[in-house]
Amino acid sequence: MLLIHCPYCEEERPELEFRNAGEAHIARSTNIAAESDEDFEKFFFIRSNPKGVIFERWRHIHGCARFFNAARDTITDRFLLTYKAGEPKPDLEKLKADGGPAAWANRPPDQLNEKPKAKRSTKGEA
Amino acid sequence: MAKVAIATRQPAHAGKSLGGHGVSLKVLEPASRMSLRARPAAVAALSKAIGVTLPEKPKSSAVKAGRTVLWLGPDEWLVIDEAGGDPIGDCASVKGLHSAVDVSHRNVGIAVIGPNAADTINAGCPQDLSLAAFPVGAASRTVLGKVEMVLLRTGEDAFRLECWRSFSDYVWGFLSEAARDG
Repeated sequence: MLLIHCPYCEEERPELEFRNAGEAHIARSTNIAAESDEDFEKFFFIRSNPKGVIFERWRHIHGCARFFNAARDTITDRFLLTYKAGEPKPDLEKLKADGGPAAWANRPPDQLNEKPKAKRSTKGEA
Repeated sequence: MAKVAIATRQPAHAGKSLGGHGVSLKVLEPASRMSLRARPAAVAALSKAIGVTLPEKPKSSAVKAGRTVLWLGPDEWLVIDEAGGDPIGDCASVKGLHSAVDVSHRNVGIAVIGPNAADTINAGCPQDLSLAAFPVGAASRTVLGKVEMVLLRTGEDAFRLECWRSFSDYVWGFLSEAARDG
């Protein structure tokens, strides 16, 4: 199970408490009536669906119930960053360069738990 | 003369209790509950009216004179009054913009007590309930199996679990099974 950092609860919470809410940073036109059909289609239906980092809205629906934004890699399912709704889109290049673990779930197993004291013997195992 | 029908309220699972392996479950007495939502500007006035300072730290709660206030979200609290008070009435005089809704009979409270209490709840709750991550007084809305619940740690091995009345059959059944497995 993924642990997702909720920017409002300020900690990692299990993925079961969250719900995806589609792509983030899609601004509705201030004068929607004047939109051309093509522009409206683009706004309403067309999503980027990238293979790689995507900016998404998530909702901590079974927690604080708040919407927030997240940068997630669609290939590895790794959350690069989560930030409060309304905050500006973070710089993608900087995020990629960071490389540090964004959440516990993204850390390798040897960093999650203490290392075993002694290497287990494999003798006698079939 | 027309017959007068008088409805008597039947609390769900009233008085039920169960002992398991190192854990006991008990359906709690009915209480006054209030769902409170307010912006930061009204928090001080509401705290004064309720008599308990509204906690502003995530996953925290405050208790005073039989009244517990649980932080559910940045602008949302659940107030549980077990002393027979009227939290809605207390908020009525507050001028600041807020929403106070009586949800007394929406919820059923269940006490889960014993050394295996955390394990019993963890049978369906994915949160870390160790004392380091979820200390005494910690409160959070989360999930149990397939339903939503509000969890409050009242002691090192004691929890208060609040679920919706219509979910209480499921929750009671789930916890009973989990307590037996413990």
